[in-house]
Amino acid sequence: MTSFLQEYGAMIISKLWEHIEISGMALFLGVVIAVPLGVLLTRLPKTASVVIAIASMLQTIPALALLAMMIPLFGIGKFPAVIALFVYSLLPILRNTYIGINGVDPVLKDAAKGMGMTNLQSIMQVELVMASQVIMSGIRLAATYVIAWATLASYIGAGGLGDMIFNGLNLYQPKLILGGTIPVILLALLVDFILGQVEKKLTPKTTRN
Amino acid sequence: MLKFDNISKIYKGNKAVDNFNLEVQDGEFICFIGTSGSGKTTTMRMINRMLTQTSGTITIDGKDIAKMDPVKLRRQIGYVIQNIGLMPHMTIRENITLVPKLLKWPEEKRNERAKEMIELVELPESYLDRYPSELSGGQQQRIGVVRALAADQDIILMDEPFGALDPITREALQDLVKDLQERLGKTFIFVTHDMDEALKLATRIVVMSEGKIVQADTPDNILKNPANKFVENLIGQDRLIQARPSITTVGQVMLANPVSITPGKSLVTAIRLMHDRRVDTLLVTDDAGILKGYIDIESLDYNFNTSSSVSDIMNKDIFYVKEDSLVRDTVERILKRGFKNVPVINKEGILVGIVTRATLVDIVYDALWGDENSAPHEEVSGTTTETANENNPSSTKEG
Ligand SMILES: Nc1ncnc2c1ncn2[C@@H]1O[C@H](COP(=O)(O)OP(=O)(O)OP(=O)(O)O)[C@@H](O)[C@H]1O
Ligand SMILES: [Mg+2]
Repeated sequence: MTSFLQEYGAMIISKLWEHIEISGMALFLGVVIAVPLGVLLTRLPKTASVVIAIASMLQTIPALALLAMMIPLFGIGKFPAVIALFVYSLLPILRNTYIGINGVDPVLKDAAKGMGMTNLQSIMQVELVMASQVIMSGIRLAATYVIAWATLASYIGAGGLGDMIFNGLNLYQPKLILGGTIPVILLALLVDFILGQVEKKLTPKTTRN
Repeated sequence: MLKFDNISKIYKGNKAVDNFNLEVQDGEFICFIGTSGSGKTTTMRMINRMLTQTSGTITIDGKDIAKMDPVKLRRQIGYVIQNIGLMPHMTIRENITLVPKLLKWPEEKRNERAKEMIELVELPESYLDRYPSELSGGQQQRIGVVRALAADQDIILMDEPFGALDPITREALQDLVKDLQERLGKTFIFVTHDMDEALKLATRIVVMSEGKIVQADTPDNILKNPANKFVENLIGQDRLIQARPSITTVGQVMLANPVSITPGKSLVTAIRLMHDRRVDTLLVTDDAGILKGYIDIESLDYNFNTSSSVSDIMNKDIFYVKEDSLVRDTVERILKRGFKNVPVINKEGILVGIVTRATLVDIVYDALWGDENSAPHEEVSGTTTETANENNPSSTKEG
C-alpha cells in the first residue's frame, strides 16, 4: 500500500486535480446556463416542452459517442470534454429548475407580483428561494453524473482519473484501475456531501429554529 | 378617484366581467358582493393590473392605469389577496415591510412601521421575529391585512380578507379597516360573501352577478329598495325584515292631517272639534302651523268655566318627533313613555302628522312578520322590537 502510494501518489493527485478541473468546469457551466434557462422556460411554457425534449434527447446519447462527436467539432483535449460533460449536466439541472420553479405555490408568486415585485425580484427573492431544494437536488445529480463520466474524458485526451483506469485496463494492472476508481468514488461522495450541506444552507428557514 | 369605464374581461368567450361601470370617490368604502364566480376578484385584480381587461379603461385620478408602470402602480395600491399569501421564508417583520422595502425605505423606518402595524392588529411585538408558520391562521390573516397598509397606500384592495377569522377577531379587524377609511380617508375596494360585513363596512355596496352590476348603492338604499329578487335573496329575508323599522323614517309611517287648533280659538270651538273628529286631544299650532302644545279633554273639562280660549289651558310641555328621524330611534321612546300618540314636526317646526300607538303596532308587526299575513299569532311586545333593533346591522354603525 505504502509502496503503491509512493509510486503513484503524485500521479493520483495530479489526475485527481485534472478530474476536479474538468468536472468542476462542466458543472459550473451547467449551473450557470441551465438554472437561468430553466427559470426562463417557466416564463415560456410553450417553448419549455420543446427545450426539455431536446435536453432529454441529448441525455440519451451514449457518453462515449458524445465524446467522440466532440472531436470533429472541437478537437481533442480538455475543452471538448468539458463541453460534452456540460451537455450531460444540463438536463437534470434544467428539469429540476423548471419543475422547482413551477412548483412554487402560485399564491406566493401572485402575492409577490401583487406587492409590486418586478419579475426579477420575484425570481430572486421568492421563486428561487422556494425552489432551492429541488434545484439543488438536480445539481447534485448532475455532479454525480459529471464526475463519473469525466473518467471517459480521458478517451479524448482530457486527462483526469480516467487515464489511470484506462492505463490499468490496457496493461492489465488492477492496482492502477483501483487507484483511479477509488478516488473517483470518494470524490463523488465528497462532492455530494458538500452540495448536500450547501442545499441545507440554501433551504429557506420557515421557523425560528 | 377610481373610475371603471366599460370594463369587460373575457376568458375564451366566457364573460367574467361584462361592461362594468363604476366611479369610486376618494375615501369611499366599496364592497363587492355576489355569488361565487360573479367576477368580483376579476374586477378587483384589473385595478392593480394583475389582470388586463379585454376592453374598457380604468383611470385613477384621471390617469389611465394601462399607461402606468404596473410595478409602480402595484406598490401604491395595497392588496390583500384571497389566500393571504404570506412569504413562508420571511419573518413577520419582513412580510409586513415587503412593500416599504421595495420602495427602498431605510431600515429604521421599516422597523418602526413593522412595530406600528403589529400593534394595530393587536399582536405582541415579539411576533415580528416569527415566521408565518408559527402563527395561527387568523393571526396570519391579520398580518396579510397590515402588509397591505404598511406603505401608506391610498387605495386598498381586499379580497375576502377576513374569511378564516373567528367572529370576535373579525369584528375587531372590521372596525380597524372602517376606522382607516373614516379617519385617514383611504379608499377601500373590498370583496366579501358576507352581507352583514358589507352592510357594516360599505359606504356603497356593489352587487354583482354574472360579471354585471346588479345594483350599486348605499347599504340603506339597498336594504330599502333591493333592485330585484336576486338582491333580495342576497340580503336575506331576515335582514329585510329587520331593516324595515331601521331605515323607515317617522314621516313615512305617520298619519298626515292631525287634528289641530290655533291658540286664539275658544274652548267651545275646541270641544266641538273634538266631538266632530272623535278625539280626546287637540294639537295646538300657531297660524303658521308651528306646533305649540296640546290640550286634552281632562284639562278642558276642568277649566271650561274659568277659561275661554285654547291658549289659556294649553299644555306647552309636549313630546314630539321629527319627520325625518328614524322609526327605530323613536319607537322605543314612544313606547316607553306610554304616549297614546306623538305629534310629528318638520324641520321648521310645523306640525305635519301624528304617530299613534296603532301605527307603532303595525310597524312592530311588519318588522317581525313581514307584509304577508302568514304571521303566527304570538304576543307582539315592545321588548321583541328592541331585540330586532339591536340586531340590526346598520344600527351598529352609529354606535
Ligand atoms: N384564468 C381564468 N380562465 C378562465 N376563466 C376564469 C379565469 N379566472 C376566472 N375565470 C372565470 O371568471 C369568472 C369570475 O371569476 P372570479 O374569480 O372573478 O369570481 P369571484 O366573484 O371572485 O368568485 P369567488 O367569490 O368564488 O371568489 C368565473 O366564472 C371564473 O370561472
Ligand atoms: Mg374571488
